[in-house]
Amino acid sequence: MNAISTAITNVEAVRATLHDAMAADDRVLIIGEDVGARGNVFLITKGFLEEFGAQRVIDAPLAEASIVGVAVGMAMQGLRPIAEIQFADFIYPAFSQIVGEAAKTRYRSNGDYTCPLVIRTPYGGGVRGALSHSVSIEALFYHVPGLTILAPSTPRDIKGLLTTAIESDDPVLFLEHKKTYRSVRGEVPAGHFTIPIGKADIKKPGTQLTVVSYGYNVHQALDAAQQLEDENISVEVIDLRSIRPMDKTAILTSVRKTRKLLIIHEDNKFGGIGAEISAMVSEEALFDLDAPIRRLCGPDVPAMGYALPLEEAFMISTERMQHAMRDLARF
Amino acid sequence: MPQLGETVTEGTVAQWLKRPGDAIEKYEAFVEVSTDKVNAEVPSPVAGIMRELIVKEGETVPTGAPIAVIDEAGSLAEPLPVPVAEPAAPAPAPAFAVADLVPVAVSGNGHASHNGTRVSPAVRRLAREHAIDLAVVRGTGANGRVTASDVIAAAGAPRTAAAPVHAAPMHAAPEPAPAPAVPNAPATLPELIPLTPARRLIAQRMVESKHTAPHAWTMVEVDVTNLWKWRTAAKDAFERETGTKLTLLPFFMHAVAESLRAYPLMNASFREDGIAVHRQIHLGIATAAGGNLVVPVVRDADRLSIRGLALAAGAIIDRARAGKLGVDDLTGGTFTVNNNGANGSVLSAPISCRSRRRAG
Amino acid sequence: MAKTVTARVLTLDRGGLSDEQLVAMFRNMLMQRQLDNRGFQLNRQGKIPFALGSEGHEGLQAGAAMAFVRGSDILVPYYRDLGLVLGVGITPLELLANMFARECDLSAGRQFPNHYTAHARGIVSVSSIIAAHCTHAAGIAYALKYRNESGRVVLCTTGEGSTSQGEWHEAINFSAVHRLPIVFLVENNGYAISTPQSMQMAIDDVADKAPGYGLPGMICDGTDPIATYRTMKVAMDRARSGGGPTLVEAKCYRFLSHSTDDDDRTYRDRELIAEQRKDDPVPKFERVLIDAGILDEAAIAALRAAVLHETNEATDAAEAMPQAPPESMYENVVAGPFEPWLE
Repeated sequence: MNAISTAITNVEAVRATLHDAMAADDRVLIIGEDVGARGNVFLITKGFLEEFGAQRVIDAPLAEASIVGVAVGMAMQGLRPIAEIQFADFIYPAFSQIVGEAAKTRYRSNGDYTCPLVIRTPYGGGVRGALSHSVSIEALFYHVPGLTILAPSTPRDIKGLLTTAIESDDPVLFLEHKKTYRSVRGEVPAGHFTIPIGKADIKKPGTQLTVVSYGYNVHQALDAAQQLEDENISVEVIDLRSIRPMDKTAILTSVRKTRKLLIIHEDNKFGGIGAEISAMVSEEALFDLDAPIRRLCGPDVPAMGYALPLEEAFMISTERMQHAMRDLARF
Repeated sequence: MPQLGETVTEGTVAQWLKRPGDAIEKYEAFVEVSTDKVNAEVPSPVAGIMRELIVKEGETVPTGAPIAVIDEAGSLAEPLPVPVAEPAAPAPAPAFAVADLVPVAVSGNGHASHNGTRVSPAVRRLAREHAIDLAVVRGTGANGRVTASDVIAAAGAPRTAAAPVHAAPMHAAPEPAPAPAVPNAPATLPELIPLTPARRLIAQRMVESKHTAPHAWTMVEVDVTNLWKWRTAAKDAFERETGTKLTLLPFFMHAVAESLRAYPLMNASFREDGIAVHRQIHLGIATAAGGNLVVPVVRDADRLSIRGLALAAGAIIDRARAGKLGVDDLTGGTFTVNNNGANGSVLSAPISCRSRRRAG
Repeated sequence: MAKTVTARVLTLDRGGLSDEQLVAMFRNMLMQRQLDNRGFQLNRQGKIPFALGSEGHEGLQAGAAMAFVRGSDILVPYYRDLGLVLGVGITPLELLANMFARECDLSAGRQFPNHYTAHARGIVSVSSIIAAHCTHAAGIAYALKYRNESGRVVLCTTGEGSTSQGEWHEAINFSAVHRLPIVFLVENNGYAISTPQSMQMAIDDVADKAPGYGLPGMICDGTDPIATYRTMKVAMDRARSGGGPTLVEAKCYRFLSHSTDDDDRTYRDRELIAEQRKDDPVPKFERVLIDAGILDEAAIAALRAAVLHETNEATDAAEAMPQAPPESMYENVVAGPFEPWLE
């Protein structure tokens, strides 16, 4: 690992990684709406059009199905395209291409064709994005064999995992929580490095209960856990980073140590990834549990409203996390 | 009868296209079959001579049933083999071991519960592994729940954190039971008072504590004459105003709290990984309640005035005596205060009672 | 009375094709029909659960195959392209192994009939989702252009029903915007399962959809292999030379039901089908070759016998092959460990 390191934000980490990948391998292309002249609506690809040319930074027609479908074809033909869906809320027209085509290319051809495709998209709320700029989509896709789903929450994790995703020979859905774009800053080693897919990261070790989370919630959980240290409650916070595949060893090792599990995700509770984690832990570590598994999740309503009280009611506050952690510790 | 479609289970012979004695070529249509999905001509699988029509025109048979016999050219006259459905694969064995589902034997009623509350899977397993009788384990969890830590502690397993030091309980350590008397006459046998789980636990803890924790004591003489006078003068008005008696306890608590602020190392716990100096001062008050020892906690004692301490202590002691203490009342203590002088003693040597709760 | 020898050799516009090439096209058509029928026969015998018919498409598929450059062009087919894939390099044995879903099938028994994959031969793996392969074809064409692989063309085929799908429109739009080396061939046989063209679109010619997106549309007689070849050659050459995409509509007729699970008696007149049989491409082209003096009846009979023989051999061989073992189910999900829970 390079000794030179800089503190950058999450969005800067995305940008830097994309730039490095484009510079290193001319099989890498970027296709999406407004990625060229505009440089992406978060300025992630600003300057890329001038540097890499219009053939490699493609302003796609406003049609998500073909943004992914065309990228699937490019990937099948040996390029390494990075397709951008401008907001995760717009991904639905591309669902058939992601689930029915990209995820199945290697399988249905028995390896004759592969699909080395990355689909990047900003997700999540807390930015007054309202009903169509705030959803979480991981639960819709993590069910699908053949797909890899990543959701890192820090600049270092973003750089390492996005690099791995671009170098992967199989399709990856790369989720970036937009609220962390500019609010999370961290050290990132310069130069090329990868983080293996499927490995979680213990962001804070602890002994009394395990919190499993990802995305923006990780940072809130860390704040809550830090405050609880003053009450002699020791919380271990695990950042999943990888939704599919998911790190069974990390979760079970922690749960067997603390015996209490709290899963936190912004996404709706019913059928969210907390359900799968709960099922797995019940199956494999039931006799290590000293309390029922708890899930602190988004409400089961279609999306968060524009009005501030509606958004705040949907998003999980750090206070609510603290309460949940404290309750579980004292169970 | 061929299966003409995924979900088709039977077919009807609509029309025979060959009669017995007719020559048939391989793949030549020899019968017309109708199902609820399709109507179709069926090609012959072999070349030969039609020998026998088994099924009549208009008759319906299940798929797989023989419909005709064709003598294959160059072979003995044998009926067409009937296709047989594959037997279903045996169901996979369950992934869990039955032993895991056997409830742990608990003394008494045999149900996996303790004092009517449910017992978690971890507690059951640990109790079984360490052969602990849950009935005698005191629960430090919510609503008195026995936690996994409680069971581990009961098993004498090494703790991850040392507990705060407490002062002596109200009662002296129980004496060993007297030897049973010579069985002469019933009148000479001692009266046997059965041990409650709590009594047993207290005894166990005290003995354990005396054997494992270093005990040291010192005495300081303090002239509290003025304090006594002040309190005597103020107590009636205080009781009228607040409904609470004004004892010397809050004054001592205040003195203790101030001292702990000045000497934080006294507000600490010895742990394997270091001396944990607590940031807050939560004073436990050793209290006799219903024949048991409990140590309810007044939180942030250093932030309370004498009046505040009196009210808080009074309230919590009342709750203790009424058996209405909640989990918050019993956890988090960093230092314990005890007043044995109410019993008329001049000096007492306390036995520290280490909490089973993980301090974290 | 003087004897006259009537000249039966008619002038044939052969589109620049040699005798051998014309015979090759005819053989492809015969093979397509034979294999196509074999699929139905095997299904009616209860030996395979499903087959799709392409009877009626022989002419256009032979013509399109002739315009395809093996080893260079790339085919992104749809499920009714039995003759076309035969013409660009899939063997009868592979076709039958696919019907029987044997282990050695190109997809190891995973795919439905008429779904192939042969990367080295330029035959792309597709799913059964209508028109989902069209954007892939556009992406592949983009990659060819990006790599400056001039002279290589992508041929993307569909039925006319596919042209109602949004993704088909997105694909031709993208191809036109980027002037990609691709030909979209629509095999218009008049029906999408039971839906006649009149219920599928408000226009008579699918080719009319093209100009709206900025690419040319061409129409040809899909029952005539030479006519189809000539049109396809123009379109493919345009793409080869950097002229961008073309939409070719080849009109033909579907004689059989959509598949062995379909009974077209519920939605089509027997008389109408009989009427269309007059335009059956196989006897029609046979007539053309005889009239042009390229083949005589004996040669054609020999050809038919050879085709039948090859079909029978391939059928018997494929039927005898082993099935895919159940454990193979776990292979090729993703490159690395595929289990959702990483231990």
